[in-house]
Amino acid sequence: MPALCRDCLTQFDDGARCPACRRPRITRHPELFQLSIAHMDCDAFYASVEKRDKPELADKPVIIGGGRRGVVSTACYVARIRGVHSAMPMFQALKLCPDAVVIRPRMQLYADISRQIRAMMEDLTPAIEPLSLDEAFLDLTGTARLHGQPPAVMLARLVKRMRDELGITGSIGLSHNKFLAKVASDMEKPHGFSVIGQAETADFLRDKPVRMIWGVGEATQSALDSAGIRTFSDLLRWEQRDLIARFGAMGNRLWHLARGQDARRVASDAPVKSISNETTFAQDTADPDLLDGHIWRLAEKVADRAKAKEKAGRVVTLKLKRADHKLVTRRQSLRDATQMADVIYRNARALFDQTEHKSPYRLLGVGLSELCGAEAADLSGDLLDPQARARAQAERATDQIRQRFGDDAIVKGRALR
Amino acid sequence: MKLSIERGTLLKAVSQAQSVVERRNTIPILANVLIEAEGSEVHFRATDLDIEVVDKAPAQVERAGATTVSAVTLHEIVRKLPDGALVTLTDDGANGRLSVTAGRSQFNLATLPKEDFPVMASSEYSSNFTADAPVLRRLFDKSKFAISTEETRYYLNGVYMHVAEADGGKVLRCVATDGHRLARIDADLPAGAEDMPGVIVPRKTVGELRKLLEDDDTKIAVSVSETKVRFAAPDITLTSKVIDGTFPDYTRVIPQGNTRKMEVDASEFAAAVDRVATVSSERSRAVKMQLDEDRLILSVNAPDSGAAEEELAVAYGDERLEIGFNAKYLLEIASQVDRENAVFLFNSAGDPTLMREGNDTSAVYVVMPMRV
Repeated sequence: MPALCRDCLTQFDDGARCPACRRPRITRHPELFQLSIAHMDCDAFYASVEKRDKPELADKPVIIGGGRRGVVSTACYVARIRGVHSAMPMFQALKLCPDAVVIRPRMQLYADISRQIRAMMEDLTPAIEPLSLDEAFLDLTGTARLHGQPPAVMLARLVKRMRDELGITGSIGLSHNKFLAKVASDMEKPHGFSVIGQAETADFLRDKPVRMIWGVGEATQSALDSAGIRTFSDLLRWEQRDLIARFGAMGNRLWHLARGQDARRVASDAPVKSISNETTFAQDTADPDLLDGHIWRLAEKVADRAKAKEKAGRVVTLKLKRADHKLVTRRQSLRDATQMADVIYRNARALFDQTEHKSPYRLLGVGLSELCGAEAADLSGDLLDPQARARAQAERATDQIRQRFGDDAIVKGRALR
Repeated sequence: MKLSIERGTLLKAVSQAQSVVERRNTIPILANVLIEAEGSEVHFRATDLDIEVVDKAPAQVERAGATTVSAVTLHEIVRKLPDGALVTLTDDGANGRLSVTAGRSQFNLATLPKEDFPVMASSEYSSNFTADAPVLRRLFDKSKFAISTEETRYYLNGVYMHVAEADGGKVLRCVATDGHRLARIDADLPAGAEDMPGVIVPRKTVGELRKLLEDDDTKIAVSVSETKVRFAAPDITLTSKVIDGTFPDYTRVIPQGNTRKMEVDASEFAAAVDRVATVSSERSRAVKMQLDEDRLILSVNAPDSGAAEEELAVAYGDERLEIGFNAKYLLEIASQVDRENAVFLFNSAGDPTLMREGNDTSAVYVVMPMRV
């Protein structure tokens, strides 16, 4: 069976260890060298960056988030073992893990590193679809001749470069479509390399819960539950037209996914209409500080994705779902398109303050729409906030210098610590 | 209640009332106008709970009384009646209908009880003064374009009217800004206004106020308290809550050290900006200004739709300068200039630019440049 050593990139057929370097980090799969759609997901990205910069934290539980925001952005694997996960209120996380080191996110630094990872991915293929700062789909179909190596080797080389040059680890999912690639990247985290081939797709999916489909959240899940659909094999029993009749466009997609089919392209240029993130709370909450924390975290995420896609938006939306499932959405048009987390947060927060809070909330979402290119973003300064102008100017100047002399030409002082 | 009133007089009174009324209302009575007839006068009162307007009009009152009907419907009817018609409004108080008759037309409108109509509580005004309509017109007309529509900074959603210290002593000053541009307009301080508290007059009130100021000879009685402002013309009284917030310290926004001076004919400048901006379909059209000795080149470069350039003769003697602005903002401030040349004072391409009319410092505008 074809196998690949992820440490020295040797390709071989037999043995539990690499014949060349004798190390055991092996990926083995009959279709390993035929598959070409991949999903790369950095492992606990923000936390890994912080650990890289402060080696003394390596074996400590690290939580990114906090300040007065009070919500976990990212937790490192040490903290995850103790039950901490992202979107968890900070006080709860600290209860589980009182010795955790809490670090405020340094978004600019993470964006810089993301840009470097992006540049490495661009050496592999132009067909990259970033989902956020720390994950992306890559389509390497037809690149084997160009690189002289099959996609699997190039992907293993990518994560090796990320680790060697940036000190960041990532996990790869390799399959024959985006859905399965994303599923695969999550199977062996951290520092994993998982493969789902054509031949095993049906077997693989059969007993998996439909919840693992990206985009199936609480609401879809409860609709599926009431139709008696829990696993993919439940889905297979449905006729295509019945699924469509019951679930609309989602039904059609489910029918195809149940068969391991996903025809979506890996498209860096797919027209994006809006960027939004939302979170459903484990427990309904009316705590303004906690909700504020979520607004900030989601605003950051949205800005993050906007930057990754080189987009900016003219409308900020806030979505709230009350305990009784009543949905409240508020929108604010901006004079000037933005991709800044600060601006998105400020507007979403103002929308939140203007909302009449009748009951606790079960869900909160922040979005950016009426998108345009990043070059049209944050063009005019604010007379009343001269600081904002100075910050934006500094950031733009930095970008220009990097564009001309490379990413290392200018680095923020705090990134050197 | 029964009264007869000339159609033109009625139309004027009702149109002011219906513009105050909010189009979408959850409280039905707020869609109505309160009609009160007594003596030889009829009062039309409308409110959105933030603004209240009362119109007085002469009428032949046969039977005193009061009722409320839909302001929009009454306005539509009166608008469609022939000019010069005599309109009779009758409410017998029994069947909950107001009858509107004019010539051979007759309408019956549903009414709501007058007792339900919310009348704005009268308050103590700490400052009362009289101003000529043209003075107020200038103060608000020249500043209102800069009012912000952004609800996140609600305290910018109006014109800040206050007493300020200028070179020649105290002035009555109106300031509006949306963070991208700012207008600061001064007028001589009317007697009695010295102790006026500064108030933020909401955008809608500014729009309604404008209708009181059409006639040059009108004297407006202005009353101001911490929470309310009242403008009274002989026939119309407009009372409004003011925005409950603190207007930012605008003085630090107005550049003091801008020395690079350009003088240009305002209307020629505006026309040229308008022309070059045509090629860009972007919502925020950026116009680049390239200044050289006595020469200004305006240009727009929109990669998707085209490019345009126009040269203008200006008075400029400083170093070469390239600076970009939102075309709309430039047009708006240029159109405020009505007598003399527009004088622009620049600092650098990233700093706020100041504009005024000739050497007149009683109206100054600040606009933030744009990256081009």
